[in-house]
Parts: sequence; C-alpha cells; structure tokens
Amino acid sequence: MNDVTMKGLSERLFKVVGTRPLRPDGVDKVTGRAKFGADIHVPNMLIGKVLRSPHAHARIKSIDTSKARALPGVKAVITSADLADLPSEFIPAGEMMVNYRDMTRNVMAREKALYEGHAVAAVAAVSEAVAAEALKLIAVEYEVLPHVLDVAQAMEPGAPLLHDNMYTIGVEPKPAKPSNVAKRVEFALGDVAAGFAKADVVVEREFTTKPVHQGYIEPHACLASVSEDGQAELWCTTQGHFIVRSFCAKLLGMELAKLRVTASEIGGGFGGKTVVYLEPLALLLSRKSGHPVKMVMSRTEVFRATGPTSGARVWVKIGATRDGRITAAEALLKYEAGAFQGSPVQPGCMCAFAPYDLDNVKVVGFDVVVNRPKVAAYRAPGGPIAEFAVEQVIDELAKRLHLDPVELRLKNAAKEGTKAAYGPKFGPIGMVQTLEAARAHPHYRAPLKANQGRGVASGFWFNIGGETCAALNLGEDGTVTLVAGTPDIGGSRASLAMMAAEELGIAVDKVRPIIGDTSALGYNFLTGGSRVTFSSGMAVIEAARDVIRQLCERAAKIWEVAPDEVIWEDGHARSGKLALSLAEIAETAGKTGGPIVGNAAINAQGAGPSLATHIVDVEVDPETGKVTILRYTAIQDAGKAVHPSYVEGQMQGGAVQGIGWALNEEYIYDKDGRLENPGFLDYRIPVCSDVPMIDTVIVEVPNPRHPYGVRGVGETPIVPPMAAIANAVENATGIRFTALPMSPPRVLEAIDAARASKI
Amino acid sequence: MARVVLSGTLKQLAGGASEIEVEARDVRQLLRELGSRYPELAPHLESGYAIAIDGEIFQDAWFAPIGPDSEVHLVPAIRGG
Amino acid sequence: MPKHHVTTTINSDPVEFLCSSEQTLLDVLRDVLGLTGSKEGCASGDCGACSVMLDGRLVCACLVLGVEVEGRKVETIEGMAQGDRLHPLQQKFLEHAALQCGVCTPGFLVAAKALLERKPDPTETEVRYWLAGNLCRCTGYDKIVRAVLDAASEMRRN
Repeated sequence: MNDVTMKGLSERLFKVVGTRPLRPDGVDKVTGRAKFGADIHVPNMLIGKVLRSPHAHARIKSIDTSKARALPGVKAVITSADLADLPSEFIPAGEMMVNYRDMTRNVMAREKALYEGHAVAAVAAVSEAVAAEALKLIAVEYEVLPHVLDVAQAMEPGAPLLHDNMYTIGVEPKPAKPSNVAKRVEFALGDVAAGFAKADVVVEREFTTKPVHQGYIEPHACLASVSEDGQAELWCTTQGHFIVRSFCAKLLGMELAKLRVTASEIGGGFGGKTVVYLEPLALLLSRKSGHPVKMVMSRTEVFRATGPTSGARVWVKIGATRDGRITAAEALLKYEAGAFQGSPVQPGCMCAFAPYDLDNVKVVGFDVVVNRPKVAAYRAPGGPIAEFAVEQVIDELAKRLHLDPVELRLKNAAKEGTKAAYGPKFGPIGMVQTLEAARAHPHYRAPLKANQGRGVASGFWFNIGGETCAALNLGEDGTVTLVAGTPDIGGSRASLAMMAAEELGIAVDKVRPIIGDTSALGYNFLTGGSRVTFSSGMAVIEAARDVIRQLCERAAKIWEVAPDEVIWEDGHARSGKLALSLAEIAETAGKTGGPIVGNAAINAQGAGPSLATHIVDVEVDPETGKVTILRYTAIQDAGKAVHPSYVEGQMQGGAVQGIGWALNEEYIYDKDGRLENPGFLDYRIPVCSDVPMIDTVIVEVPNPRHPYGVRGVGETPIVPPMAAIANAVENATGIRFTALPMSPPRVLEAIDAARASKI
Repeated sequence: MARVVLSGTLKQLAGGASEIEVEARDVRQLLRELGSRYPELAPHLESGYAIAIDGEIFQDAWFAPIGPDSEVHLVPAIRGG
Repeated sequence: MPKHHVTTTINSDPVEFLCSSEQTLLDVLRDVLGLTGSKEGCASGDCGACSVMLDGRLVCACLVLGVEVEGRKVETIEGMAQGDRLHPLQQKFLEHAALQCGVCTPGFLVAAKALLERKPDPTETEVRYWLAGNLCRCTGYDKIVRAVLDAASEMRRN
C-alpha cells in the first residue's frame, strides 16, 4: 500500500480516476426519493420533544414532571435522573478521547443549565401537539445566575464561574482557585526573542472573531426503537454512525453489539453532526415507552442548542528582515469552548503558522468556557480563526516591506522537509505550487476600479486517516456491491466506486456503493477530517486487491496453472493467451471455491496536508458599507483529484462558507444571554445572489502514502477566505478590519470614522 | 536510543525536560517508558496524542516501529470537522 | 377539535386527506401523505427547502396551511420526472454535480423550474436573484447556477 513513488504517481495513467461520471446516488437526490433523517415514519411511533432552559446560566433546583406524565397521550418523560452520572476521565471512543461526564450533562442538564437552550427534560407523546403541550406542563425551578458570553470577559477574575471544579491545566504553578479557563497549551520552536531582535520590521495586531454556526440546512433528526430485550435500532442523520453507537452505548449503559445504528442521508454536517444531541434521548424515551420515538430539531433549536464554532481573541506578532524572510512569529489564541471544555484552540495553534518554514515560533492557546452551547467541530476546526489573524499580519508585513504578498509567502513557504511548529516534518506538500499558480493566474493581474481591492491568503489543514473498513461483494453476473462505513456527505460514493472500478479494471457503473450500518462492517471512524476519499478510498483499493488475488487464484485453478502465472489486467485474469473476465470468473465462483468477497480493515496512516491559496476581489460601497465579492479564485492541492467535480465543489462550498463568516454571520444576544436571531432570516448565510462564480484551480502534488496520491480536500477551503477578504477590503478602503464580521454597519462606521479623522 | 522531543504543556508536565532519550522499539513501549519516568505525564499520554516518528505522523498505532536513532514528537491528535 | 377533510390535486393526481387547523402543507405532504421530497429546513419560509408550486405559483409549503389547498393544484418534486424520464433540470444538476448533500436540491429544482417556465432565457444575474430564496450550504451555488443556465439552453433548443 505504501510502495508508491512520486514519479510513479505522477506518471500513472488512470482510466476512471480523474473522470466525471454521474454520482450513483444522484437520481434519488434529484427526485426527492433519498431519505434524510426526518424522512422516516414507522407504525406506532411517538414524537419526542425537548424542554430547554430559557436561561443562559441557572442552577436547577427542582423539576416536577407529574402533570406532564398525566397528560393523555404522553407515554414517557425523562430528565437527567434517567441517565447515569459518568466520571470525569477521558475515555476512548474509537479514536477520540471523550469526557463522558461533560457529554451526559450536555445532552441533559444536571446541576445547572449552562446555556439558553440547554436540554432539561424530554417527553414522548402520540403527536407533536401533545408533546408540545406536555412540555408546558413540566415545572422547572431555576435559580438564575449571572452569565458570561464573551471569551475575554470569561477570563477576567470575578467572571461568573461555570464549573466550580475547573482548574486550568497547563499552567505552573497549578491555580488555587477554579476559573473558566480549562486549559493552556503551548507550541514552540527555536527562540522568538532572538528572532524578533534580528527583524527589520515587526507587525503586531489583535483580532476578534465571533462564533458562527455550521449552518447545515437539515436539522438534527433521529428515530430510535428499543425492544424489550434491550436490543435497539437507531436511524439518524450523522457524520459517524459508529461514533453515535459508541456515545449512546456509553451514556445508556448498553452493549455495542445490541445497538444497530443506520446513517440516513445527511443534509450537511461540516463537523456539527459529529456529536449526539437527540439520539440518547430518543433511545431513552423509546426504552421507557416501549414505542419507536422520532425526534427532530426545529431550526430555532438548532441555533439555540447545538454547537457552533468558537468566537476568539487572537494576538499575532511577526518579524522579518528586509529581504522578506520571517525571523520570528508569535501568537496568543483565546478560544471559547461553550459550556464545556473542548474548543479547537489546539489545532488552531498548530495550524496558525503551518504554511511557513520558520525557525522561531511560539504559539500559546487558552480553552475558555462561556454560557453558550458547547462548541462543535466546524470545517478545519480552529484553523480559519487563526489564519484570519496570521494571513492579515503577513499581508501587512508585505506592505511594510514593499513586497508582493504572494512573493512574501513564497519566500517563506513550507516545503517537503520543513519542520512544523508542532513537531513533525512535512512530506511533499503543495504550498509553493498553489502560490505559483496564484501568481500566474489572470485573476491576479486583472485591472481594478475605484473602491475595489484585491486580497490573497493561504491556508493549511492537516487531514486525518483513521480506522476504516470496506467490503466488495461480487455478484454472479460480475457486478460489484461496495459497502463503505463512512456516511456520504458530499458525493464520496462516486469517488469510492471510481477507485474500485479503477483497481478492478471494470466500468464504474458496474460498481454500486452503499453505506452499511454498524452491523454490516467493522468499526469506521466518522466522516470528517477530510478523510473519506483518503481512508475509505485506501480501504476500497485494498479490498479490490484482495478480490483480484482471489480472482487470479480461481483462474489459475480453472486453467490448471500456477497462481504466479496469472496476472490481472484490464478487468481480466490473463495467462499467456488465456483470458477470463471478472464476470466470467464470478459466474462460476460457487463451483470454484465459493463467493468472492474482498475485505479491508485498516487504520489509515499517512494523510497528507492540503494547502491552498485564494484570491478575491471586492468592491466596498462607501455609502452603505456593503462589501460585494466581485471575483473569487480558489487554488488548492488535492494530491490526486479522483472526481474533479466534487473536489471543485468542496473548494467552492468552503469558500462561500468563509465569505459568510467574513461578511455577515454572527450570533446576537440580548442582555439576558438569550439568542435574538435563531433563524435563517437574521442569521444570514450567503444566498445565491451574494456571490459570483467561484473559479477553481486544482493542483496535484501526489501524497505518496496513498495508492493513487489522494489528499483530503474538504476542510482547507474554509481556511483562507476571511483573511483574503479582509486583505481585499484593506486594499479597497485603506482600513484593516481586525474584527469579524465585516458587516455593512461596521464597515460603514469605520469608513465614516476614517473620513472624519481626515477632515 | 530514540530521542523524544516534548514541547509546551507536555514539557511542563515532564518537569521542563524537552528532549528525552528512551529505549523503545514501538509506540506502546515508548509511552509506557515515558509514563513510568514522568508520572505526571502519564494520564495525558492516553488522551489524544498522535506520534510523529522521524517526521511521519501515526495516530492510534501502538506497534508503529521506532528505530534506534528515531526522533519522536508527541502531537495532539487532530479530528477535523 | 375534529380534523378538516381536504380534497386537492397533487402532481396531477386527485388526493384527499385529513389535517388539523395548524398543520402546514409541508406537514401534510411529509407526515400525512408520505411525500418526503419537500424538506423542512426552517419552518419559517427562509430557506426554500420546502418549495412547491401552488396553482402555478412558487411558494414555501411551510407558509401554506394544509386546509388552504382545498380545490387547488399542488406540484412537488415528486412530480417533476415523467415516468422514467428526468426533467432536463434534474439531468443537468446531475451532470454539473450541482448537489453535494442534496437536501436543498428538491427546493432548488422546483424553484428553477418555476423560473424557466416564466423566463426561458434568463441571465446569470436573473437566475441568482430568482434562486436567492433557496439556501445551499454545501455548493457555494456555482454549479447550481451553471446547471440551471445549461438546462435553460437545452429546453430552448427542444
């Protein structure tokens, strides 16, 4: 699997990989036939609903559910009393270390409600109307406490304390008093003080970003059915049904094999569906009521109660000599984790300067709790926030040094062999290639008019591998069923079928891919970390090679030759002039030894980082403060683009999410910590008329650790946009925006202030 | 002897030691050695660190081989979204 | 409160159903009639995932009450293909990879069909503004717009 060379990968001629067939699950999606989380109805099912805290921070003194339980049509009511309290240690859940003490409290509040929207009780009833009525009958006695929503305020002494047992890890000496700071982390290389001393120019800036939601169009939904003997079936929309199984089994004290989880089609996740909210509650309600229970979140619940990504304060300082070589880089990142610890500050720290080859780096991060929903992963978690800051300081440095921004980045670009601040050396990576492609692109030289500006920014994401299984089952007519275990969030079934077809030497429409449930395959880590084309792809290729080995053995038996005299070529077993197609061998499989099935069960290592450079042109209206995106070009290294249309799609989708984050998305709270914009009207994500076409350039620096050179691409696209746009706005207006979002009122205020100061 | 490089939080928990020589033929042995030498470090070694051996990252790979002159870094495990 | 009996036409078929006063057309389609192609993304008319045609007019089914469709004509995504022939818009969405997760796709297809019935030769800007009521978080809209323009061109040829 790892015996490929860069030369071999660059020269290989693919037959299927790199083409653009129609996705195999596409017709169901364009006809409305595909079943998403809420599209399931079973006989005898109940509807479950959650009662949520109206307070941002409150002690729960008592919960009286008696009236709700007595309401006709209500079949079960649960509170935290129905869930075991779990200890505070981190326990493996597949590849993640999870704090179940926090998870059980997030899923159902125990001692305290820690955010507006925090679940405090749940009911299952014969209809949605009865369930809603029942919620009104649950009496909760709250002792309202002062709340804190902002990361900087939460770090101040005397701030309202969320957890009285939170003592900051990673500071010496250990703190005597609890605080809202869960952890301090640090990454360093070399000597930054010495590095800054050598610098001719030093730029130092502080930045503020706001929390934003992943914004998936499909709300969380699930249906749970628990039998009297404790076996259970769970249908849910998720990025990882094996993760859901692990979490629910732990929270409910069930054995893994007794819980069968099926992943529905998923209407967007972006990291936000790698956690559980409704699923354990639906299982509990089903267990208690003896009925299947369906639970679906409303849009307002999604905004009030599910994890967005962090808001943050980021301080960055970079020094360089006049020739443009960076001599030192330092950053301080304060990220909010929401109600429980676990912001992505660590990857943010690691990602911050990763695109650059630096001798002296120091990055310090703080993980801070606030009275908001627990933060969940959002596409390259932690990365975009750090890059918003770093890529703007790089831009400012370029201006002070009178260097082209792409040139400055090229002078300092990380390459193969560069040592990252967090430890390892990079294998082959595409930072230089994406920068050179940007410099050569016509967009970079296109003329600009008044009030227009151009910005450039680069971005990095690690990408991961992980535990993955795949199976290829040959039918007697030579068609192939591919069973994968990573939910398809963006068209990966197409790429997986293509890789199987490539390896087997058959047409791609002879391979039908499905996503199996948790009983159908060995453990699969979730869909995320840009890992599916890489890891499931690797598993599919390995399963295909397993099949080929068996096909050759059968042919050898049929021809009565030694197995090493048979090769596989072009979908046929060959020995001298003899040839048998896959279909011919499959037809007699029953007589030559039995069904032919290929399997792979791996822990994929060697995922390669994906680098990107984005170019954006904006026009800023000086009378309204509106920033219009005129032109956008995203350039990214995909290693090997298996299905280029879906690689382009990831680049375009991530870029537009970044545009929303840059220009408009934020949560607006009232003075009581209640969310005022829990809907798509006022939490305004980009619409079709907000953006132009997003041009894409795919660069391919093969990843030698994957048989076809594949790198993950899904997350990197969201890392550069905010900085690229801020750099463009600076070029258009002369004003550098260090706070997000750059929404019209803020931009206008800054323009007016700049104009006033000139008078 | 493999050379383990610690930084930041882990360095603090190991009493300020930034480079540690460890005799180990695979990741599991290495983690055991480190944990027994620096008990403060032990609980953190379980909770989500990947290992970079001579520049290559291994996540959840107890038996990834470590050479006699390898340079090893402990890298926080990345999950992604 | 007893339920209301409603008689209507859905995708050219006569349909009867019972619903309560508060149930929206979207609730009826999905939970009473089993037509789950129209999706609920927000229940407040902001995302367009429940787009349907009511007497030839593009509406959000979450903003129409079940009882309001008495005696009227409803067209949903389920009626877009003719037998086993996909509508050119459906075909072009597939060819252009104009969908990733696919949850917004039914809404976009119904809305795009409504546009092309009114304006067979729209400009890119006109397509973008017409579809501004349909949210997509996956694609960034690029391939959706290309698919609609390509379908328009093909439909004009035929």
